[in-house]
Amino acid sequence: MKRVWIYLKGYKKECVFAPLFKMLEALFELFVPLVVSAIIDKGIAGKDIPYIIKMTVLLVVLAVIGLTCSITAQYFAAKAAVGCATGMRHHLFAHIQGLSFTEMDTIGTSTLITRMTSDINQVQNGVNMVLRLFLRSPFIVFGAMIMAFTIDVQAALVFAVTIPVLAVIVFGIMLSTRPLYKKVQAGLDRILGITRENLTGVRVIRAFNKQQDEVCRFKQSNEELNHLQKFVGKISGLMNPLTYVVINVSIIVLIWIGAVRVNSGTLTQGQVVALYNYMSQILVELIKLANLIIIVTKALACAGRIESVFEVESSMKDGSLERQEAMQQTPVVEFKDVSLRYSGAGDESVSGVSFKVFKGQTVGVIGGTGSGKSSLVNMIPRFYDATSGEVLIDGINVCDYKLNVLRDKVGIVMQKAQLFKGSIRENMLWGRNDASDEEIFEALDIAQAREFVEKKDGKLDAFVDQGGKNLSGGQRQRLTIARAMVRKPEILILDDSASALDYATDAALRKSIRDMKNSPTVFIVSQRAASLMHADMIIVLDDGVVAGMGTHEELLKNCEVYREIYYSQFKKEA
Amino acid sequence: MASKKSQGTKSQSATIKKVLQRIKKYWFFLGLSVVMAAVTVASTLYVPILIGNAIDCIVGAGDVDFKAVTAILMKVAAVIAVTALSQWIMNICNNKITYHVTRDIRDEAIEKIEILPLKYIDGHSYGEIVSRVIADVDQFADGLLMGFTQFFSGVLTIFGTLLFMILIDVKITLVVVIITPVSLFVASFIAKHTYAMFKQQSEARGDQTAFIDEMIGGQKVVQAYGYEDEAMKKFDEINGRLQKYSLKAIFYSSITNPATRFINSLVYAGVALTGAIAVVMTGGVGFTVGNLSSFLSYANQYTKPFNEISGVVTELQNSIACAARIFELIEEKPEIPDAHNSVELKEVDGTVDLNNVSFSYAKDKKLIEDFNLHVKKGQRIAIVGPTGCGKTTIINLLMRFYDVDKGSIDVSGIDIREMTRHSLRAGYGMVLQDTWLKTGTIRENIVMGKPDATDEEVIAAAKAVHAHSFIKRLPKGYDTFITEDGGSLSQGQKQLLCITRVMLCHPPMLILDEATSSIDTRTEIKIQNAFAKLMEGRTSFIVAHRLSTIQTADVILVMKDGHIIEQGKHEELLARKGFYANLYESQFAL
Repeated sequence: MKRVWIYLKGYKKECVFAPLFKMLEALFELFVPLVVSAIIDKGIAGKDIPYIIKMTVLLVVLAVIGLTCSITAQYFAAKAAVGCATGMRHHLFAHIQGLSFTEMDTIGTSTLITRMTSDINQVQNGVNMVLRLFLRSPFIVFGAMIMAFTIDVQAALVFAVTIPVLAVIVFGIMLSTRPLYKKVQAGLDRILGITRENLTGVRVIRAFNKQQDEVCRFKQSNEELNHLQKFVGKISGLMNPLTYVVINVSIIVLIWIGAVRVNSGTLTQGQVVALYNYMSQILVELIKLANLIIIVTKALACAGRIESVFEVESSMKDGSLERQEAMQQTPVVEFKDVSLRYSGAGDESVSGVSFKVFKGQTVGVIGGTGSGKSSLVNMIPRFYDATSGEVLIDGINVCDYKLNVLRDKVGIVMQKAQLFKGSIRENMLWGRNDASDEEIFEALDIAQAREFVEKKDGKLDAFVDQGGKNLSGGQRQRLTIARAMVRKPEILILDDSASALDYATDAALRKSIRDMKNSPTVFIVSQRAASLMHADMIIVLDDGVVAGMGTHEELLKNCEVYREIYYSQFKKEA
Repeated sequence: MASKKSQGTKSQSATIKKVLQRIKKYWFFLGLSVVMAAVTVASTLYVPILIGNAIDCIVGAGDVDFKAVTAILMKVAAVIAVTALSQWIMNICNNKITYHVTRDIRDEAIEKIEILPLKYIDGHSYGEIVSRVIADVDQFADGLLMGFTQFFSGVLTIFGTLLFMILIDVKITLVVVIITPVSLFVASFIAKHTYAMFKQQSEARGDQTAFIDEMIGGQKVVQAYGYEDEAMKKFDEINGRLQKYSLKAIFYSSITNPATRFINSLVYAGVALTGAIAVVMTGGVGFTVGNLSSFLSYANQYTKPFNEISGVVTELQNSIACAARIFELIEEKPEIPDAHNSVELKEVDGTVDLNNVSFSYAKDKKLIEDFNLHVKKGQRIAIVGPTGCGKTTIINLLMRFYDVDKGSIDVSGIDIREMTRHSLRAGYGMVLQDTWLKTGTIRENIVMGKPDATDEEVIAAAKAVHAHSFIKRLPKGYDTFITEDGGSLSQGQKQLLCITRVMLCHPPMLILDEATSSIDTRTEIKIQNAFAKLMEGRTSFIVAHRLSTIQTADVILVMKDGHIIEQGKHEELLARKGFYANLYESQFAL
């Protein structure tokens, strides 16, 4: 809720004018019963037709003013609501982008998408309606009451009793449905998740003939959502009938009191009609309000869900250090007794790792599945922070660097080759946005991707679908490598990123990296001994612990785990 | 995306027809809702008459007929009770219809997604499809509910009021009726213009959802490349577009209400004028002040529904635009259904024949041409070749994810297009490089292919592929809940789970597409043994880069650019010193 105010601040003028003009409109509406009452008591009683005509013209004038005010109000309300939602989406997107890997792992993509889209839409709707009606309705309700008091205090007391009762009903229903609407949104999240999964996993689902099961799973969640929706609907559906009863009971009382007061001569017939009209106006307003309450309650629930995303703080604090020239003798990368435990995990994924790497060296990281290889290199660009120990780059703890400075130094190619919708060139410019075509082709050369890119229609302008779905796995992987090379990083990390490449390409790739002019310090994470046996240093990991460190020859001699890996790949030939 | 804009009203009414078809099922509630709406309207309209009568009994000081007033007010109380009750029942019915219809539409959508050709799914962004199923249906539901609650009672109120007014005084009723068409004209004029704007808004929203899906889905890469600012820029561009369209759509649609309300006020003034004059003219006998009060109240009630209906119409515009998008998905051409005389593949003898197969994803780019392959029972076929040579495509064809353009694929001597997809796919066990796990427990993921597997079977399968030890170490073992796409599991661990999944069901034929690419070789060798056992007597297709996994294959297909360029056993191919030999040697180069 607080958050909504923040984004409305930029629309102060609109936020004041929208309700103001609505109130003006309402004010003029409130005069209508008075005019009618005058027509009855003066015009009709005095048989004064010119007076009746004069009053009718007044009614038309009131209508024109009302129309002008109302359209002005609608414009300001729409502008403020849309602007607020736009600002909110902007900041939410920025906030999500700032979340670290740890938070992203726990929150999940699909719920973030609903919050950015459907939830914000609901808030926009809510803001729009509130600006238009939330002030207008109470204004009419209380205005009608005040007008009633000006007519007759005793009769107006009926209004004074009715309005609190109505307030209790309206707010009672609002409060009791709010948590339910939150649940509805969560149900929506669930079916969104299932829908997404069915798209991403379409091949596996069909291969296992699981379509029917998935449909059932979806239907079940959908059914749950349906029940919730109906339940909430039942409660909020009480609003109209209840308010109707309350208002009409007060009308009965009003007429009765009116009858008594007219009989005793304190009220006129026209005034009774006016009082009755005011009560009717309240009813009309409440019907609008009831629909509004549903929208607002939903909007509040959604605002809460958006707020909860805003409340997730990135667990990673940015450092302050700008670029720093490294000393000749300092190692480029140094790990000092580093351990990493993922949040929520039982065991440490990496424990007590220490090593030093100097400029231009190539480091191989090898080990079994789940031995912590990726975790190890992920700490270099600070995707995850070490839970204990220190990771140093150029002698400085990675946590002290500004994140963008740090990540500028590092080019990482991840296991999952992820490309984005757009041209190949646009994808390459991710590496460095001022790279020339020449530089891009250089990078493509190194990544062994030039050949297939040149075969594509439009070459660098060839279109890549979302996730690179129109490319093969190997092509995707080579493009992601090229993307990292465009950046000309000081440290290059290849995290098992050649797994979709055949051996010849893999070998050619490594050779061209080594032949680069300013060749970077390279980390190669792989399960192929062939990919890293020529490295200056090989780190062998086994269950998160260093099982051996050294050159290929040294390790063959004295590291049992490495020997096993090596001979599993080079049986008789070795 | 912007192609289907101008068809306007025609496609609109087609969409409405489709919505009505889906509502038909709930005719009982619809009927009840209409009846209740009628009761509500009639009794709501009756109240002003009663009150008017009461007011006529309150003429002036000392001139009040208390007995009559009491009797009338008692009647009012009874009518109120009826109104409230019928209104509540109507609300419940409307809720029921709306939420059931949206549920049905979503169910239809997911069923459609399951039979959409892979080509459609591969060719559309997930975010866009998801936005149709979730956001669009949601908006549609909002509109539909509003339509129900206000449309019926609106229409009924109009006719009811007209009737009551005619009963009181025909001439003044005419005043009201003459002004009515103006109201309708204004409403429809605005509605027509807003439909296009709502559609634009909907499209911009779809674009945005797709972009968010992509960026949040790929957040790790976004952060690694410090692409946040760039992404923000693009996001803001779409966001700005959405802002522009939304503002237009919302503002123009919200003019309807004040505009029709203005016309109401004119009607109201007209009634006040003619009514008052009538009272004066008849001297308060033919047309009373009470009548005027009822009439004014009616004038309000009569035009209010126009007001509401026009409000509903704009909301409906929006919801129809959304419905059109979801129907587009639902009506998308499904994959060619199994022929009704298609056979169940029961006895799989393990022979697979590809006869003169041609296939390409895009018509203008040839991929596989005139491909022939005859696999005997129990043979192991390894497919190797440089990346992008069409290996994965072969699997798409074998599993019938895509249909061949020319030629045929026979399994056990039957064309796969003549058997049910279900039985064909059940014949294969498939492990893809692209590991996919669903939200659920580890166990649920493993038993996908064999839901009735016992715990012992599950553990045995997990042990066979050496996944048991890491699963055991997870916080809740086999009951550990994993989120979308495996979450914190490593690529290799995910792959092990995918292999376990296949291990459990003992399929007659196997497809392994880079099944072990993310698994370390030590584990792989152990898994190989398990695979070897599994593959014994089974026909299997293996796509791999790691030549060590290929050496023992019965036939090695060497592919390049969609063609088989070499074919034979490992030793034969080495001796030939061709492309394969080159590839093999490069493994040890450098």
